[in-house]
Parts: sequence; C-alpha cells; structure tokens
Amino acid sequence: MGDKNQDLVQGTLEMLVLKTLALEPLHGYGIALRIEQISGGVFRVNPGSLLPALSRIERAGHVKSEWRASDNNRRAKYYVLTKAGRAALEQERRQWGEQIAAIHRILEA
Amino acid sequence: MLSEIMNGLRALLRHGNRNAEIAEELRSFEEASVAEKMRNGMSRETAERAVRVETGSAEAVRQKVWSAGWESVAEGLWRDVRHGMRRLIRAPGFALTAIITLALGIGANVVVFSVLNGLVLRPLGVPDPKSLYQIGRGASGGDTHAYPDYRDLRDRDTSFGGMLAYKALSAGMQIDQGTVRSWGYTTSGNYFDVLGVQPALGHFFHAADEKGLGSAPYIVLSYDFWRRQFGANPNVLGTMVKLNQHPFTVIGVAREGFRGTDVFFWPDYWMPVTNAEQVTGWSDFCCRDHYSFIVMGRLKPGVKPSQATESLNTVAAEMGRIDHKDEGLVLRLREPGPAGDENDPTKKGLLGIMLLTGLVLLAACTNLASIFAARAADRAGELAMRMAIGASRWIVFRQLLTETIIISLAGGLAGSLAARLLLGWLTTWQPFADFPVRLPVLPDAWIYAGAAALSLASGIFFGHFPARQIWRTNLVEAIKSGSAGMESFRRFALRDVLLLAQVTICTLLMTASAVAVRSMVKAMHIPLGFRPEGVTITQGDLNMAGYTGDNSLALQKHILAEAQAIPGVTEATLSDNVPFGNGGAFWFVYKWDTTEFVPAHMAFGATSFLVAPGFLQTVQMPLITGRDFTWHDDKTTPNVAIVNETFAKQLYGNESPIGKRFALWDTAKYEIVGEVANARYYSIGEKPQAMMMMPFAQGVGSYLTTNTTLAVRSVLPEEQVNAALHDLLRREAPATPFHIRRWSESIDLSLTMPRAVTLLLALMGMLAAVLAMTGIFGMASYSASKREKEQGIRIALGAEQVQVLRAALERPVLLLVFGSLLGMAGGILCSRFVSRLGVFATPSDPLVVLSVCAALLLIGVVATWIPARRTLHIDPARLLREG
Repeated sequence: MGDKNQDLVQGTLEMLVLKTLALEPLHGYGIALRIEQISGGVFRVNPGSLLPALSRIERAGHVKSEWRASDNNRRAKYYVLTKAGRAALEQERRQWGEQIAAIHRILEA
Repeated sequence: MLSEIMNGLRALLRHGNRNAEIAEELRSFEEASVAEKMRNGMSRETAERAVRVETGSAEAVRQKVWSAGWESVAEGLWRDVRHGMRRLIRAPGFALTAIITLALGIGANVVVFSVLNGLVLRPLGVPDPKSLYQIGRGASGGDTHAYPDYRDLRDRDTSFGGMLAYKALSAGMQIDQGTVRSWGYTTSGNYFDVLGVQPALGHFFHAADEKGLGSAPYIVLSYDFWRRQFGANPNVLGTMVKLNQHPFTVIGVAREGFRGTDVFFWPDYWMPVTNAEQVTGWSDFCCRDHYSFIVMGRLKPGVKPSQATESLNTVAAEMGRIDHKDEGLVLRLREPGPAGDENDPTKKGLLGIMLLTGLVLLAACTNLASIFAARAADRAGELAMRMAIGASRWIVFRQLLTETIIISLAGGLAGSLAARLLLGWLTTWQPFADFPVRLPVLPDAWIYAGAAALSLASGIFFGHFPARQIWRTNLVEAIKSGSAGMESFRRFALRDVLLLAQVTICTLLMTASAVAVRSMVKAMHIPLGFRPEGVTITQGDLNMAGYTGDNSLALQKHILAEAQAIPGVTEATLSDNVPFGNGGAFWFVYKWDTTEFVPAHMAFGATSFLVAPGFLQTVQMPLITGRDFTWHDDKTTPNVAIVNETFAKQLYGNESPIGKRFALWDTAKYEIVGEVANARYYSIGEKPQAMMMMPFAQGVGSYLTTNTTLAVRSVLPEEQVNAALHDLLRREAPATPFHIRRWSESIDLSLTMPRAVTLLLALMGMLAAVLAMTGIFGMASYSASKREKEQGIRIALGAEQVQVLRAALERPVLLLVFGSLLGMAGGILCSRFVSRLGVFATPSDPLVVLSVCAALLLIGVVATWIPARRTLHIDPARLLREG
C-alpha cells in the first residue's frame, strides 16, 4: 500500500487541494481523483492524508463545506474555495514558483 | 482565530456529531472510489478490497482528522483528567491523605504569609501610599516628635508636598446619656488633605481650622465606629458628643476601609490637635517636650527620599541653632508601620515564622513524597501491565502527572480555603474588647495565585520523583510479583529516607516552637521588677485646670493624702508617671565633669520618674542599697536621685553608685542616694535599660510637674476603687480629666503582639506534630499491609505475638529514634535561631528539647503501634488461600 503522498513535497498537498478546488467545488474523492488524473498518476492521495488536510484548511477558513447529493445520487461533502482560500492559494503559488526557480538555478549552476 | 476556537468548541461539544460526520465522509469517499474502480473494470469484491487497503484503518483516519484541530489536545487532556479522577476515587485513602497533607502545608504558608503581607508588606490604605514616608529620629531612636517641632519642620521644609502629625489617644465618649471608652487620633488639621482621602458623610477638618488652642471642637468618626455606636445614622452630622466631658461636634464620617495611618490600630475617630489638650490632659499643642506625635509626609513628585532626608536635616540643623534641645537632631525617612523599622519585633518575628512555615511545607512535602512512593510501588504491576500492552512511557507518565496535578490543586484549594476561614476570623478578632486593635490579614488575589503555584510546584516536584521509577521498571518482574518486585529493597530505602527526613524536620519544628512558646511563657512570668497586681492607676495633668508646676504640689499632696484615706486602700503613692503608663520622660545623662551639654557628649539616655516618698514600697520595687526619698528632698535641698542597676553599671561599672554624681544639664546635677533593681518600663520583652528617679517635690532640675499619677493598692473590688477615686478627683480637681484603670490592664496591652506570635508558633508546632503523626502512621500502615503475607506465614509457623510485633515495629522505631536524634540536633541549632527572632531572648533549653523528642517518639510509637496491632489479627489461612 504505502502512503503515496509521502512522495509529495512536504506541505504541498494543501496547495494542490486548493488549486483543484479553484476550478469547481468537489467532494473528497473528487479531489483525490482530480489530483491523480492531472498529475498523470504520479500523485495518489489516500483518505488518511486528504481528510485531515481538508479538516485543517477548513479550520483555517480557506474552504467551506456543505453536504450535497453527488453524481451517483449519494450524499457527499463538497468543499468550496473561499475568498481567503483563493488569496492563500495565490500566495502559496507565488512562493512555490520562487522556490522552484531558486532550486532550478542552483541545480543548473 | 475566533472561528478556529468556535469550530473547536463545537466539535468538542458535539462529539458524536463530528465523529459521525467524519465517518460518513470517509464512507462516501470509499464508495466513490469503489464505483470508480468498478468503472475501470474491477469486480465489486476486488474493488472494495483495494479500497480498504488504500484507506487503512477507519479509526486511524478519524483520529488524524481529529488531531487536525486544537480540540484534540483538549480532549486528550480531559480524558487524562477523567481517568485520573477515576483512579483517585478508587483510592480514596491515598487521595485524601495526600490532599490533607498538602493542604496543611499550603494552608500554614497562606496564613503566615497573609499575616506578614497584611501587617508588614502591604502599604497603608490611602491613595498613593508609595510617596508617604514617616519621619523618624536618627540617633535617639524614638520616632515621635513634639507638635511644635512638627510645625517647624512642616513650615520650613520644601521637599514634602504636605506633612501631617497625629497621635493616638483614649477618652471616654459620652453619646446621649451613656459613656463608652473610645480610641482615636488627634491630628494636625491637614491630616486628611495630605493623605488625600474623602469623607463618606459630611466633611473633614482642614489646615485652616487650626487657628490656635481650642479653636476646632470637631470630630470625624470612623465608618465602623459610626455604624457601631450611631447605628449608621445618616443624621449624625451636627450631633454633640463629649470626650472626657468636653463637647465636640460631629462634622463627618470617614469612608469605609479608611483605618487611619497605623497598621494594627484602627481609630474610632479623628479630632484636631488644637483641641487635644482638653481631652488628653497633656499640653500636646504647645509643649515642645512631649515627643508623642508621629509625623508623616508626602514627597513632592520627583523628589527622591534621599533628597528629602537631606533637606529635612538642613531644617533640623537650623532648628538646633534656634533651640538648644534640638541640637544634634538627625532625621530620617522610613516607611510607615512595621515595614520601615529594621528592629520591629513583629516584622522580625513574622519573617522568622515564615521561614519555619517553609519548613512545615517541606515536612508536608516529604510526607507527600512518601505517600506517592507507596502509591507508585502499589501500582507498579498495573503500570507495567499497561506498558506491556503498548502504552508509551510518556502516556503513563502523563497520566501520573495528571493525577499529581489534581491532588496538588485540590490540596492547594483545601489549604487556601481553610486559611481563608482562619484569616477571616483573625480579621474580625478584637484582642481587646474596647481597644480597636485589628489584624487586617485577609489574603488577596496574588496570595491565592501564589498558593496555587506553590502547591503545583511542591506537588509535582515531590509527588513525582517516585514516578521516575517507571523509567526503570522491569516489566516482566513487576508483572510477576504484582508489586514492588526486585526493586523492593531500594524502594524501601527511599521511603526510609523520606521518613527519616520527616521525623527530623518535624522534631526540629516542634523543638523550635516549643522553645519559643516556653520562652514566651517564661518571659510573661519574668518578674516585672514591680507588682502591678491589685494596683489602680489614675493619671491626669493638672496643667489642664490652669495649674503650673510651681503651684500644683500642694494640691497633689492633698490628693495623695485623701487617696490614702479611702477606706480599703492599703497604700497609695504619687508620681509623674509609672512604668507601662502613658509614656515616660527620657533624658540624656552626662558625666559629672561634662562642660558642654550637647547630645554628642552624653553618656546614655535614661527614662525618668518623679516619685513621692514611699513610691518604691507601694509598687514594690526593691531598693538594693541606699535610702528612699523623703518629703524633705525638695527644692531647698541638694538634688538627689535613685537609679537602677543598669544606670549604675553604665556610669560607674561595678562600683557602688551611692554618693556618686551625674548631670542632666549644667544646672541639673545629681547625687545618687539609692539603687533599685532593674525593672521593665515600656514592654515585657525590652532589654534592661537605664532608669532614674527624682523626688516628686524636687522635680527635674527644679522643674516640678503637673502630671499626676496616683497608684493605689487596695483590696476593694475594681468598681468601688474606681468610684472612690472618681469622686475624690471630681471633688479636688474637677476641671482635670483623669483616666482610671487597672495597672495590669496596661501591661496586658503591651503583650498583644508577643502573644499573637507565640500563638502562631504554637500552632505551627502542632501542625508539625500532626504531620509527623500522619507521615509515620501512613508509612507504618503501608509497610504493615505489605508484610501481611510474610507475617501470616510467621503466625502459621507458630510465631509468638511478641515476635510478630517486634518484626513489625523494629524498623520504624529504629528510624524514629534516629530521626528524632537528628531533629534534636537541628532543633538545638534552630532554637538559637528562634532566640534571634527578637521575640524573646531564649536560653538553650535542654528540658524542652528532650521533652519534644520524647513526645515525638511517643507519637511515632503510637502511630506505628496501631497498624502493627492489626498484624496480630491476621488470619493466616485466609491470607495463604488468597495467595
């Protein structure tokens, strides 16, 4: 089994969750699926790390949640990005970009 | 942030909801995952298995989600607390003993510290107490001043924003028809304005009211007195009351909580000094020789105490140039009350007691440590079991810590509550029915916080070092033997050390307190040097009725003769004052050949009394050598004096003083005609001090006195003597207020503080005894129960009762003997220390030390005997069956 998100760089899971929610509100599995699909199967997120991460960012006020009927007509908890969440995403994306560029420069030097 | 807290609280409060929500979200996640996998071609079973593998334990997920918020920490804590509580309830004996032990230690400390705080550390209850200083005299020690001197100081000094003076007085207050004894202040007019206090009713008097002698017949009542004597009547303003028969108008009532400027003495009223003479009979307002006023000043903002001292002494030097008597006057600033006096017996005594109370806490803590050690040994099996099934040492440690904290807080709370009760009672306690001495010792919030911190610290530190054993526990051994296991020997050694420490500390404390109490009792029975029993003292000043020193003698002699003629009076005598009277005269004594009479040249200071012939006999002050005065010793004959032993020794060493001479100033030179034994003149604890007596008819340096003190020894009941004296003085000196009281009453008053201190010490000794008893009892019971099985086997094998008992008693008794010997050594050292507390000089007292040791041994043997006796009733068959 193995916890795939250990492959994720520390702290990036929350950023990726925010990014997927920036497009549209999703439920937990939807987020996991979206991350896996977009990363081409590189990142696989299991509920053991996703649900606590969602709980954290919800507590931080970056997302709101509500129970809705899902595609297959079952109840699921959907997460919606808040204004604060959007701002947080922008900030994290910028920091991430700066860090990547810096690391890149170091590796190319 | 706020939403964070709210969400956390919501999650905590609706615990089940939150869990259900997490479970449902997880379920929906899994279902969606299964559906997705089936869409990709897996069979339902395969997909479900794969999802379960990916998700892992649902419980673990739930835990992780929970731990995303702060509430998980709170929840964990709450769980620990509940668990701890359950465990403590299941071991009520342990919990109660530990809590009571700590409560005793903490309670004692709260009480003593509150008293120290209330009497010494806490500033006066006036606005901005920090800038208020008392002005003391440097060299001669006495910190009181004459009122005219105060006026000079106030008017000349520039470093103080205001300066006030006051003195305490007592008077009969006539309200409507009845007369009550009352105590008040007579103060400078600016008293209230300098302090910056406001009235609750009416108004205060001010500096402008001070227009000269008798100009302000006003009185301001204290709040308590107003409630007590006037039923809180709001129409009291304008009422006429009479103090010693002189009318005063009530102009105001002070606010509740304003209790004057002394710590213990709460005045019933305040009246201007301009009118004090009518009441006290002393020429307080004008006389430069009555050093009886306390002077306080409020520093101007920005002025440092050192600058003010300098400025004051410049004024003092000026005053010295103008008035001979102020030459060499040195003034100093001190904090008001006991705090500002380095040698104050209250302060010294309390500091010492505080130290001893610290020892009580230490004794309580060793007690606590041995209780916890026993508990840890009992629980070794349980703890080992829990660690064996996977609890981390940290979790076990945390649980023990929680238990300790619960006990510490409960103990601290119980101790503080008990202390609060005692202190509440102390605060309302009036040591004397009519005398407004109070002990404002209620603890404040800081003391409670300190008590909580102290109980936590001592609980955790002492309760927890036995818990370190967890780190060393050998699981297998501990589970196998069920309790102490392999380490039993070592653990017993730890408990032994604790018991030893405890016995030692308690012996030490009991010794110290017993020595102090005994020396106090002894001091109270130290001969005063005269016999006040059965003597009634009547004091007044004929000056009030217009007499002067030169024309009062005839009347004074006449009054004496009349007093001697009262039926039932066996002896009567006349003097200007008596020991423990209302103060005494104090003079600088110079050698015979001195030419310049300035303070720098004086030999020493001596108290003086002007006494009639027969005074010594009436008060029973023994004359060692020489002769008594006669009425022929008067202004026409050479000056003579009788001195006490200390006086003689200081001036002439071991030579007989008879016929020797000394001087008070250039025209007041004396020949000594008699020597009397030392006596106590102001307080029972005082060191022997120099005293001299001059003939009443001769005066000091030809100044006769208008002060008239009658000492009457009689066999009549108090009221009858009082009535007879009252009639006599009404008849002979109607214009002079006289104060009549039992002499022993004045002496009792001077004993208040030493008595209180002794009471405290005695309480502490009792506490130590209780702690020793519970500590020894606990240890003995514990070891008896541990050895039950062993003893059962002994009995089964046919051991005699004596043998069984010996096995049970041997070890604790050995420890007791050893510990009390150690404690005795400590106690002897400590009693030296107690003697330095300045309560009373304490000779080392082997009898007390020995009897304390014996008492502790007795306590210890009884405390060991009770559990040991249980051993005798062991049913070996039952024990062995239970295995």
